[in-house]
Amino acid sequence: MADPASVPRPRWDVLAAVGAGGALGSLARYGLSVAIPHPRGQFAFSTFATNVSGCLLIGVLMASLTAAAEPHRLLRPFLGVGILGGYTTFSTYATDTLDLVTAGRPFTGLAYAFGTVAAALVAVYAGHEITRAVKK
Amino acid sequence: MTLLFVALGGGFGAIVRFLTDLRLRAWRGVAFPWGTLAVNIAGSSLLGVLTGWALHGGQPDGVRSLLAVGFCGGLSTFSTFGYETLRLFTEKTRARAVVNAVATMAAGIGAAAAGLLLAVAIWH
Repeated sequence: MADPASVPRPRWDVLAAVGAGGALGSLARYGLSVAIPHPRGQFAFSTFATNVSGCLLIGVLMASLTAAAEPHRLLRPFLGVGILGGYTTFSTYATDTLDLVTAGRPFTGLAYAFGTVAAALVAVYAGHEITRAVKK
Repeated sequence: MTLLFVALGGGFGAIVRFLTDLRLRAWRGVAFPWGTLAVNIAGSSLLGVLTGWALHGGQPDGVRSLLAVGFCGGLSTFSTFGYETLRLFTEKTRARAVVNAVATMAAGIGAAAAGLLLAVAIWH
């Protein structure tokens, strides 16, 4: 186990890339939630679409970065940690699930909770494998 | 103003997520994605509290855009959770991937419920 004092200190440009990406990704998520609103207690299609598309894109991104000869060192912090991390959300997924349960729709809540995870995992796998196949 | 708050909260949340992940990697190693689990639990519990406050009708718009949409959304992540689960499945053990998926779902939703109950206890 490493000494906690040995945590690598990230450079300021990496933190700036993460922060700028997080801001842009969050704006995109907010934009989608405004474009596809859902009344309280209804299936949250915008959060579902955000999380599944973000997972597809991170599969594409990570396979592309692995295939690249020398990816720019700020690409992963900006695009992966920042934009896709800020775009997708686990906290809204969790409270969307509770909304459905507390609105008296526990089965829709379960379908939303498990459906999002299942679709997201299929999406990240598909994004990764398709990109790898294309890059070969 | 709303867009500025969403961007500020989201950017700051992403930086906190990144630093938390670095620290937990150094502390706990990379056998299990503790950092992502931690930020997802933290983001879900805070959003649970904020949701309870909003249901009570007391939450200002600025708090919603800066903290609920921006910070909690930027702090928590589904894409990294998905990618790390895939990595565990293909590179470590399938059991660890299943444990990560189930633990993140259960702990994240549980944390949001605990936050909601806390808010109900405070504001009702």
